[in-house]
Amino acid sequence: MFAASIIVFREALEAALLIGIIAAATRGLDGRGRWIGIGIAAGLALSLVVAGLTDVIAQWADGAGQELFNAAVLGVAVLMLAWHNIWMASHGKEMAAQAKQVAHSVVSGGAELSAIALVIALAVLREGSETALFLYGLAASDQLGAMEVLSGAGLGLLGGAAVGGALYAGLVRIPLRWLFGATSLLVLLLASGMAGQIARLLIQGDILPFSGRALWDTTALLPVNSSLGNLLHVMMGYEARPSAMQVLFYVATFCLILLGMLWSGRPPAQSRPTSHSPIQSA
Amino acid sequence: MKYLALPLLLFPLTVLAADAEVTLAIKNNRFIPAELHVQAGKKIKLVVENQDAAAEEFESYELNREKVIAANSRGTLFIGPLAPGRYPFFGDFHQQTARGVVVAE
Repeated sequence: MFAASIIVFREALEAALLIGIIAAATRGLDGRGRWIGIGIAAGLALSLVVAGLTDVIAQWADGAGQELFNAAVLGVAVLMLAWHNIWMASHGKEMAAQAKQVAHSVVSGGAELSAIALVIALAVLREGSETALFLYGLAASDQLGAMEVLSGAGLGLLGGAAVGGALYAGLVRIPLRWLFGATSLLVLLLASGMAGQIARLLIQGDILPFSGRALWDTTALLPVNSSLGNLLHVMMGYEARPSAMQVLFYVATFCLILLGMLWSGRPPAQSRPTSHSPIQSA
Repeated sequence: MKYLALPLLLFPLTVLAADAEVTLAIKNNRFIPAELHVQAGKKIKLVVENQDAAAEEFESYELNREKVIAANSRGTLFIGPLAPGRYPFFGDFHQQTARGVVVAE
């Protein structure tokens, strides 16, 4: 039962950390709770579909189907996270002002929120489909009863959700002036890490070339299977033995999104407000 | 769904002659063989054949690889070219039993 909990915890943790960051990053947006909920629900439903199709997907593209599929899922997620950060760079101030008003948030970001829902759905899909396969195998192996499998999985899910919730609780304690800067940085690292994973998948599927040599090896210093190593892996794409291609994807994505943010967040023609009063249209 | 995939098996996927192909089986939550000898300095096409009714995830930190293999199915992944040495791998879903090592020589 605890083996089930540990695996489910690990998978749930990855999705929960992303959801925690996203939830904090969209503070003050009207209707974000609903969109986050939609994302989670859609991701759960899709993960069952993908889990059921695993062997079919695996056959695509001369056996590289799984790699291509996962790379595509990650690619869309990276684009949506990039969109979020670039959008935030121009709307962050407005949102910080709105979030201060407890009453009702009026910043409407329909497109932004659907991008966020999609990112969450894809994260849940990625972790959920693996979890579903694992749990199905556990139930099929007859070693454990359905109740044991379910309670073990429930425990792991709760644990993962708790860590994600704790991250959110910690993030929203950041003063609003800095909150969106902090979450944008986290999203930037998250997206870069995902881009690095895309490179790893494409090498694994023999779509991208590999020299055979890792760019560096910090396993002795900080192995990926340690708690800290894994946390950094999930949150910012840390790798102990990355290939040069992985690092290239990471750095290129990081720079492109950052440039987009700087471009989008450049001060408009009117002078930047240095006082505390936010510009509000009447 | 499985039956839809069956015709695909009738058409063996073309294998590039340049890549050495190695097969690894999963049976009773164990890897067979547990020690896989491959040529160093060459890209290897690793075919993992899961004969169990449970899915498995082939994972290796040393090889920087991770791939889910559905129940009763096969998956391919590419490793290397490897420097001579030992590269442990494990089945993430059955870590107590599913352990093995790639030996590049």
